[in-house]
Amino acid sequence: MTMLSILDPTDERVPVSRQITPRPKQIVGNVALLDISKPRGNVLLDHLEETLSQRLPDVNITRYAKPTFSKPAPEALRQQIQANNDFVIEALAD
Amino acid sequence: MVEAVAAFELKNLRDEKIAFSGTSDALVCFIKEDCPTCKEVMPVLMAMYEHFAGGIDIQIIGQTLEGNKALDKAYGPGFSILDDSALKVSFAADVETVPTLFRTDADGAVADTLIGFVRDEWQDLLQRLSAEFAQAEVDLDWQSLPQWRPGCGSLSVDPSNADRLRAEAENSPIRARKIDVGAQDDEFEFMFDQGFSDGLPLVPPTPERVLRMLEGTRRDAQEIIGVMAPNLGEVNIEKIAINAVMAGCKPQYLPVVIAAVEAICTDDFNVHGVMATTMGASPVIVVNGPIRHQIGMNMGMGALGQGNRANATIGRAVRLVIRNVGGAKPGETERSVLGNPMKFTMCFAEWEERNPWQPLHVERGFDASDSVVSVFTMTSGPTLIVDQESRSADALAGTMGQTLEGIYNPKAHFATNCLLVVVPEHVDTLMRDNYSKADLRKRIQETSSRPTRDLVGNDVSGAGLKAATAAGMSEEALNKMMPKFRTEEDIHIVVAGGEAGKFSAAFHGWVTGNIGSIPVSRKIDI
Repeated sequence: MTMLSILDPTDERVPVSRQITPRPKQIVGNVALLDISKPRGNVLLDHLEETLSQRLPDVNITRYAKPTFSKPAPEALRQQIQANNDFVIEALAD
Repeated sequence: MVEAVAAFELKNLRDEKIAFSGTSDALVCFIKEDCPTCKEVMPVLMAMYEHFAGGIDIQIIGQTLEGNKALDKAYGPGFSILDDSALKVSFAADVETVPTLFRTDADGAVADTLIGFVRDEWQDLLQRLSAEFAQAEVDLDWQSLPQWRPGCGSLSVDPSNADRLRAEAENSPIRARKIDVGAQDDEFEFMFDQGFSDGLPLVPPTPERVLRMLEGTRRDAQEIIGVMAPNLGEVNIEKIAINAVMAGCKPQYLPVVIAAVEAICTDDFNVHGVMATTMGASPVIVVNGPIRHQIGMNMGMGALGQGNRANATIGRAVRLVIRNVGGAKPGETERSVLGNPMKFTMCFAEWEERNPWQPLHVERGFDASDSVVSVFTMTSGPTLIVDQESRSADALAGTMGQTLEGIYNPKAHFATNCLLVVVPEHVDTLMRDNYSKADLRKRIQETSSRPTRDLVGNDVSGAGLKAATAAGMSEEALNKMMPKFRTEEDIHIVVAGGEAGKFSAAFHGWVTGNIGSIPVSRKIDI
């Protein structure tokens, strides 16, 4: 899929804002834990997985990892995460 | 024809970056694999490379990566074809046909340009190179080659690529901020989310579409034509073109949109007040002159309604410029209590040919042959004036006067102006008695006149003159007849509509004069 570019029809004094998906009040269903492959991201996610499993035993947790932190996640990985999960938690920095 | 081949850097089939300085004695040839002439030329290029590569910089540039690989496999040439699948180098060199061979001299200037394959030209060039570099003549069986082959279209001028390449080129007129829409985003939803829309879907303003839109005017894309309230955003031709694309305009409508925006950006029009008022005012655009026909505007049946692209999208484009550049959005600085459908679009043409009087633009000081846009601020309309019975001009104009008295409320005299749209059947009735526009205005004022005492608020309607004010007035003042409009000039008259139906209509104005909005006309720069 190619990226479409459009031209800004406004006077450009406001930064382009991206819409954020509304945040649900409860965590139910499937949660993705995404490791972007920065050092020690896995440590954080291990702890998070443990804590979440204790607090929310009915939630299904799946671990994912980007091949490298320096590039955007491959399209297939993004689609896979989007199709199979209700939430995603990404460990960003080391 | 280019005078020099600019510097470039392209990758060859071995994935090595090859830089071309643009200032050397060189041979640069553009080819593409699916062109039969390019295939005929391959043996000549190979011989040329073999003979002269030591003495002169030779670059062979292919326009598709897969094609380059196929040529490499089929011919096994001594050179590795450079990949210009992005077509930027082909575009910059203004290549229209492949093969095109440029010979540049030591200063980088193009000395020879060979387009397609003319055997004598190629043979002559190679002979001159042999002489120049004191080498034996290239060993080629020239007679086995065709005398002439025209070549094929370069991919850089293919309509599916050309607009994109123009938009991306360094001298592109496009300067607006580019916004990338994510590959997984829906561009139509994205534009709604960004608040660009009036509530209806928009055409995505891609650089290619905006460039095509800019073809509709000779004016410089960066020319600033005004400042749009309420945000005081600078409006240039490019921003108008972007909004015109979103509205669905054709490029030939652009001059009309530009002129309307120019009219709106004036102090007289006062778009700040027009948008901010709780009353719900909106621009109403009337187009006169030859451009009406050139762009296919509707001035006949249903002229004030939907179904005509020019009418609908010109009005919409103007509204989108006000929204996006001016920042007028409902609930923010646009404060209309109810809003009205004219805020989506309201633009039509006058049927001058069915008008027995001077058309609007001539009345407003332009030549009949000028194309002109006139912008009015109106709060409601079109409100019908139904009269199927009157058979004389006086009687019909009387109905009009009585109906127009209802604008705002019947006691609101001297309050506003109106734009009266007289339909053809009503024109015919008025012309039975050879009515002029002046006669019509006079009769409207006569039949809408009331003694001042009738305009005082009372238990039936509290609107109008305050009772306390009236109590201080003389008998003479209370008996004075007050017409609906402050002056006859407040009654603007145009002709439009289908041939059948005795239903004229009026748009009702907003605050007039210096404290409100004054109608503005602008000649359309075609």
